[in-house]
Amino acid sequence: MADAAVLPADANLVLNRAQQGKSYWRRVWERLLDDKLTLAVMAVLALLLVMVVFAPWFTVHDPYTGSVLRRLKPVGTLGHWLGTDEVGRDLWSRMVYGGRMSLLAGVVPVFLALLVGGFLGILAGYMGGLVNSAIMRLTDVLYAFPSILLAIAITGILGSGLQNTILALTISFIPPIIRISESVTAQTRHLDFVEAARASGARPLTIMRYHILNNVLGPILVYATSLISICIILAAGLSFLGLGVTPPSAEWGLMLNNLRQALWVSPLVAALPGVMIFITSMCFNLMSDGLRQAMDVRL
Amino acid sequence: MSGSAVAAHGAVARAGQDPAVPLLSVENLTKHFAVKGGWLNRSGGLVQAVDDVSFNVRSGETLGVVGESGCGKSTTARLIMHLIARDSGRISFAGRLVGAPHGLSRRDLHRQMQMVFQDSYASLNPRLPVATSIAFAPFIHGLGKAAALKRAMQLLEAVGLDPLQFANRYPHELSGGQRQRINIARALALEPRLVILDEAVSALDKSIEAQVLNLLVDLKAHFDLTYIFISHDLNVVRYISDRVMVMYLGKVVEIGPVHRIYRSPQHPYTQALLSAMPSMDPRRRTLRAPLSGDPPNPISPPSGCRFRTRCPFAEQVCEAVPPSLLAVAKSGAVACHMRVAGSGHSRADKAVAH
Repeated sequence: MADAAVLPADANLVLNRAQQGKSYWRRVWERLLDDKLTLAVMAVLALLLVMVVFAPWFTVHDPYTGSVLRRLKPVGTLGHWLGTDEVGRDLWSRMVYGGRMSLLAGVVPVFLALLVGGFLGILAGYMGGLVNSAIMRLTDVLYAFPSILLAIAITGILGSGLQNTILALTISFIPPIIRISESVTAQTRHLDFVEAARASGARPLTIMRYHILNNVLGPILVYATSLISICIILAAGLSFLGLGVTPPSAEWGLMLNNLRQALWVSPLVAALPGVMIFITSMCFNLMSDGLRQAMDVRL
Repeated sequence: MSGSAVAAHGAVARAGQDPAVPLLSVENLTKHFAVKGGWLNRSGGLVQAVDDVSFNVRSGETLGVVGESGCGKSTTARLIMHLIARDSGRISFAGRLVGAPHGLSRRDLHRQMQMVFQDSYASLNPRLPVATSIAFAPFIHGLGKAAALKRAMQLLEAVGLDPLQFANRYPHELSGGQRQRINIARALALEPRLVILDEAVSALDKSIEAQVLNLLVDLKAHFDLTYIFISHDLNVVRYISDRVMVMYLGKVVEIGPVHRIYRSPQHPYTQALLSAMPSMDPRRRTLRAPLSGDPPNPISPPSGCRFRTRCPFAEQVCEAVPPSLLAVAKSGAVACHMRVAGSGHSRADKAVAH
């Protein structure tokens, strides 16, 4: 190559700029911060996380000891400004401590399913052929059951408790994540730029690392985020059915179940755990929407 | 480019090249695609996409490849690039057989032969800045990150894009013409000797197409390149090519120097193709449709000459015997019984006489 002829005069400057160029993920982050709604939603979730992690700092009363004298106090009672539950425990304390379980059961299964399902799905989509058939047919077997039924069946077999809830929900979220990962990867694999990378002599793993992953991780991540809200509701549902977290542990779904009988006595108090489930899952939903918009660089 | 492994490799390969050996030699290349039948019916048949195709590309020339869509132009390109596996046939590059025990490895082949695709958007990774896309190939061939990016900058300059302005842009921020320039730069990043341009300018609008064509001509002179230029646009092929190869239903029907092909096409299919070309001269308007109907189904192509079902001169011999590609007096080669004395076609002798 005729070096001198094509070298721009300020090559070093150009080079520095290229190396400092904003990466794709940095751009996504900036666009995320530009989106006011998503920013607000992330703030709410962050606040929730801080409250849940540092629960003792945000609560006065113990969430597990109640008093028969203070049963089902309404919202606004002095000392118990969110009221008390059916055994006289402070509802605010139980709400904050319950968030620990609910968030754990809502986020951890999706994260685990993302690791396992994402890996298997990308593998199936990229390899194609027999590997694809094997993984996808096994997925179809799991897919035959609705996720709530699958989760109920698994906790039914394993017994209740937080660990089993997480395991059951993880298993029931693996198939949809495999399917999404597989289809996104298979689509990307047939695009011309992958062909061009092959034409430049790149090996499959190199192509995977530089050309496939950065195109498929985004959509998979967005989908997984949208699953968190479903997972929170499912975890609450399992607890509500008595298959999840067991009393006296605080968990939003379980609290909803226990306060069900008090719905006519103290409707506001009984509805509060439901409101928390609603707000949290809504926030995760909105965040996944915002993430999807931020990742679509073409907009 | 001192100290660059890739450049050194290119220099070694270029030195001591025998001019008599064609740069690329394709012999009896064949690819049949299996058509997927139903679940119970496995025998869907075979699409004879490329059937027994042989040709040479000489160092420094531009070989134009023309034909209707579905005639096997792109499949041929992908087979030569080793993007899809061939059923049979031999491909040698600069005298060395590709894939043979003592021949050229695929990785070495890709250093010397690159391809530009038609869809300028799909052929760039939407998540990478264009300079990174260009730098990818040198990087995986052992050039350091900084050196690979530096080469990308030089190539951006070479294809007429200001590196300062364009290096960090993403594909969706560029126009079709700019993207195709990036694709060309990417193809040149390994300093190949042969570049396959598969409908590389077909998707661009006319004014941009002309600019990119001129760029291709300049780059060819500057980097000492050889092109295989695939297109359905006969005017563009005439402008850029030294020789032209005409394909029909997976077969080469005619090959020869561009002037000979355009002035006196020998194969009836080439004649029909050229007469379908819109003329700039109103006195030479196309008066009748030169070809009617679609090409026959490539799953069960006609016996004998594949063009006989649409050929106005088809006779019995065309149905019985497939014509072979034979050299013609005027230079090049043609696969038609009419051009072979004693073939049994009634026009054969006449054709030889004139």
